[in-house]
Amino acid sequence: MKTSAPRRPDAAAWALILLALAWMALIVLLPLVTVFAEAFSKGFEVFKTAIVEPDAQAAIAMTFTVAAIAVPLNAIFGVAAAWLIARFEFRGKGLLLSLIDLPFSISPVISGLVWILLFGASGWFGAWLQAHDIRIVFAVPGLVLATMFVTLPFVARELIPLMQDQGSDEETAAVTLGASGWTTFFKVTLPNIKWALLYGVLLCNARAMGEFGAVSVVSGHIRGMTNTMPLHVEVLYNDYDLVGAFAVATLLACLALITLGVKTILEWRFADELAASRRH
Amino acid sequence: MANPVAAPRWRFREPNVLPGFRLALGFTLIYVSFILLIPLAALVARPWENGLDGFIATLLDERVLKALRLTFSVSFMAAAMNVVMGLVITWALVRYDFPGRGILDAMVDLPFALPTAVAGIALTSIYAPNGWVGGLFSPLGIKIAYTPIGIWIAMVFVGLPFIVRTVQPVLQEFDAEVEEAATMLGARPLQRIRRVILPALWPAVITAFSLAFARAVGEYGSVIFIAGNMPYKTEIAPLLIVTKLEQFDYAGAASVGLAMLILSFTIILLVNIIQLLLSRRGLK
Repeated sequence: MKTSAPRRPDAAAWALILLALAWMALIVLLPLVTVFAEAFSKGFEVFKTAIVEPDAQAAIAMTFTVAAIAVPLNAIFGVAAAWLIARFEFRGKGLLLSLIDLPFSISPVISGLVWILLFGASGWFGAWLQAHDIRIVFAVPGLVLATMFVTLPFVARELIPLMQDQGSDEETAAVTLGASGWTTFFKVTLPNIKWALLYGVLLCNARAMGEFGAVSVVSGHIRGMTNTMPLHVEVLYNDYDLVGAFAVATLLACLALITLGVKTILEWRFADELAASRRH
Repeated sequence: MANPVAAPRWRFREPNVLPGFRLALGFTLIYVSFILLIPLAALVARPWENGLDGFIATLLDERVLKALRLTFSVSFMAAAMNVVMGLVITWALVRYDFPGRGILDAMVDLPFALPTAVAGIALTSIYAPNGWVGGLFSPLGIKIAYTPIGIWIAMVFVGLPFIVRTVQPVLQEFDAEVEEAATMLGARPLQRIRRVILPALWPAVITAFSLAFARAVGEYGSVIFIAGNMPYKTEIAPLLIVTKLEQFDYAGAASVGLAMLILSFTIILLVNIIQLLLSRRGLK
């Protein structure tokens, strides 16, 4: 089969390309430029003050804390789920796959709401938690749980198709020759999936650090206590501190740009070692 | 004597020499139960506190109905716009070689990567009456931010990558020989697109539409800043959930959440059925 290679555009094609470029500039590029323009609109000093201010620093630390717990857990889950789904045939596999995909099609607000329904003051376990003086929602555990819910599919979704493509021949050979399960995993499987794992972790982390809706519902917006960076942006914006809001937003925009950069490099350099069919 | 060709015994898993099935199964199931299933069970169980009537009364409330209608209709229009412009962008990316193509390709993923709150405040400042684009329209008496148009723009922003990334691989794999054959048989460019290429793209386009639509329906961060959040006018359904939670109306919040999920899944199911019918027709 011959696939069509990109060719030099003619006049009609140029019109189409310009339309595509103009739309991308308006819808995607302009918001990005705006973030930086607004952040530096009152000069670098004002920008710096907004970043080093204690509440902003606390929000940055909170964002890293939440991601540092949620992302490794979801990475371990992704590897376990991929091992299970790509290496074994069992009943109910399709159901499990759709279940893992579910958070992609659920509103972030609902992803936060479910935790309030469980652990909020009049939630299922609310009274018990209060009696034992344990705080989950409006505290760090709630932020972590909501983030885990939203980012659960990222690593699994990257690894499952890749490991299904690769097949289990190498691992079967290792096990047949007497390697233990863990040796097989660390010496055979992990080297085969390492770039895809990094790719999945990268996307998972970007979403974990940038998540807004789900953590907004469970955070309670306690300044300096339960605000992550995106929540801090909202607080500042609603206080009409536009420069402050956009200053913190530039940090998140830089995170997005770095993520995109590394992602592009991975796709370009290790295309064969990443999942061929990817939806996100 | 046992019949050797009898139907295979029902078994939970097929035999396999690889180790770790029980460990991986146990860990995966426990994890999925605690992070997804139990929380979702709480969502499904909660709305019935005041019986089925309570659930229905919550949804038939004027404010809830207006919010649901706004959310779903604007999401639909945003996904439709994204299909049109997404196809233009995909076509340019796949078919032509032009300076800046690599950057354009990488930029498509920006709405996935940019945190929604950041996109929200940026879009608001662009389309507010004193903003770069909003300022051009306000002398004409057209308001963009704080109206449904603003909501639509935010939803277009978040949905765009779904179209490009879903259609791109299909267009890339499209058999050029079929197109050449059509050209040689005398098809003009537009005929070629309408008769040969579009029918092959339809399934991917429909999938892409439903992904962008589902994302827009649930979207919160990029919409609430630009929406204005006026009850009955520019209030989206996810915000209504937050409002009800702030009033400690857990059952009400869960009712709206469950209704959104049921509506979304019904629409996605319908879209899948349409897709199936279209692809069957294509096979004949």
